[in-house]
Amino acid sequence: MHDLRLQCDAVQQILTGFIDNEVRKAGFERVVVGLSGGVDSSLAAFLAAEALGPHNVWGIQMPYRASSPESVEHATLVVKTLGIQSLSVDITPMVDAYFTSFPDADHVRRGNKMARERMTILFDHSARLGSLVLGTSNKTELLLGYGTLYGDMASAVNPLGDLYKTQVRQLARHVKVPTVIVEKQPSADLWAGQTDEAELGFTYEEVDRVLYLLVDQRYEMADLVAEGFEERFVRAVSHKVQNSQYKRRLPVIAKVSSRTIDRDFRYPRDWGR
Amino acid sequence: MRRFRLAVAQIPPFLGDVEKNLALHEKVAREAISQSVNLLVFPELSLTGYFLKDQVPSVALKAEAPGLEPLRSLSHRLAMVVGFVEEGPGHLFYNVAAYLEGGELRHIHRKVYLPTYGIFDEQRYLAAGGRIRAFDTALGRVAILICEDLWHPATAGLAAWDGAEIILCPSASPGRGTGREGPFQNARTWEQVIRVYGDLFTCFVVFANRVGYEDGACFWGGSEVVGPTGESLAKARYLEEELLVVEVEAGALRRARVANPLLRDERLEVTLRELQRLLRTREQEPGNAGGEPVG
Repeated sequence: MHDLRLQCDAVQQILTGFIDNEVRKAGFERVVVGLSGGVDSSLAAFLAAEALGPHNVWGIQMPYRASSPESVEHATLVVKTLGIQSLSVDITPMVDAYFTSFPDADHVRRGNKMARERMTILFDHSARLGSLVLGTSNKTELLLGYGTLYGDMASAVNPLGDLYKTQVRQLARHVKVPTVIVEKQPSADLWAGQTDEAELGFTYEEVDRVLYLLVDQRYEMADLVAEGFEERFVRAVSHKVQNSQYKRRLPVIAKVSSRTIDRDFRYPRDWGR
Repeated sequence: MRRFRLAVAQIPPFLGDVEKNLALHEKVAREAISQSVNLLVFPELSLTGYFLKDQVPSVALKAEAPGLEPLRSLSHRLAMVVGFVEEGPGHLFYNVAAYLEGGELRHIHRKVYLPTYGIFDEQRYLAAGGRIRAFDTALGRVAILICEDLWHPATAGLAAWDGAEIILCPSASPGRGTGREGPFQNARTWEQVIRVYGDLFTCFVVFANRVGYEDGACFWGGSEVVGPTGESLAKARYLEEELLVVEVEAGALRRARVANPLLRDERLEVTLRELQRLLRTREQEPGNAGGEPVG
């Protein structure tokens, strides 16, 4: 019932097929992916290298001066293991230059700025290299809104958005992402010592089970409580999902005409592809 | 019914591009002809792609459209089932599958059950057909049911009671739910349904599913031909293009019906009486399963 196990062979085939299909349909053969050294971007790079060939994948590292050396080391390990193209852009000068005008900015503002700085670099290189930006947000963080809007959430094609974090780990093991990357504590690495689970207040194992039942299996609150889940925890999770709905949609448009974009003007994204 | 070679074209149609799809159909048909195929079944909406949304009126064809001429003409050499959006009288748009044979459009099935839940939105764009009919072909008596139609067992029953020896089921099934066996959970259901129908209705069931991706949804393939005792005669690969060719043997149908004369024993008058009772009950007690009565 709480079944988050993947049949990894099939999912690997579905996702590599997806990358190949959606990238080529759009008229491209290359992708750029921001490599953080974490399990999500590493898995995305592994899948893209298989789908498009390593020479068609650019792994871009974008460290900040406070980034942990381990992150750089792990991202480099991914590049070397796969033999993909790579590039490193230090974001310290631009981020620090901006905050000299706003020295009192808290770490959330700084973290968001870094994520958006990286986004502009990825999209710039996607134009430079005639490629698409490969997304790395997983279903857990998309549902919880644990990501920066127009920052790390921005991409053209996202193979991981329907996999929970614990499923990302399963698939990462399966495609042989280095164990040291799969097993480390997940972190956005926006400031020293940050970990996702400390910041969120629960583990991915805990929250994935609740999200799977709420979202995939359409359990109501009462069903979850009857299953033995703590009501306060379930409410907190459900609240996060609801509150971050705006991050998963286009900006709300005031309806004036008879046919409004995304409301009653509805075409597939693959329109004409 | 006679012995013949049947094929399923497990293809990834181009979304919204009828011209490209026509070329793809012709290519696959020529390949099938080279393998002496007598009947070639394409998936649901094979000429248009599936998640069309507001493109529906732009890709629609009249059943007699000149655009279909190359396929009608090829049907002198092999019969074909092709899927498209039909613009019917009153500018209503139907999800249809047409049986082409001997240079003519022999039969057209308009999808009766338009799924509008979960990933599906067909009733927003399409009108529902209202007929389930078996029809005679040079190869035997056939009925066409499109994808969701098959998830309502009465449709397969009606087809069989109307004499169908072969039920053709063009589909565009997007994978949903990670499966224990096979790529997706819903693939499992399909595989059970077609076996059970083959067995209970003692007929051949041809599941023609597509492959490819549309807006990230993955059509899982796994097309299959099931015989009249429910055994799988041939199955295409999951997720990959394939021309699945299989010999259909008329003797198998006869033997199955001799062993299991279920169709002989069918009590249509009992079914009809009970259906009438259910309809009356629903009229008297609106709100029962199925909601308010229609009409």
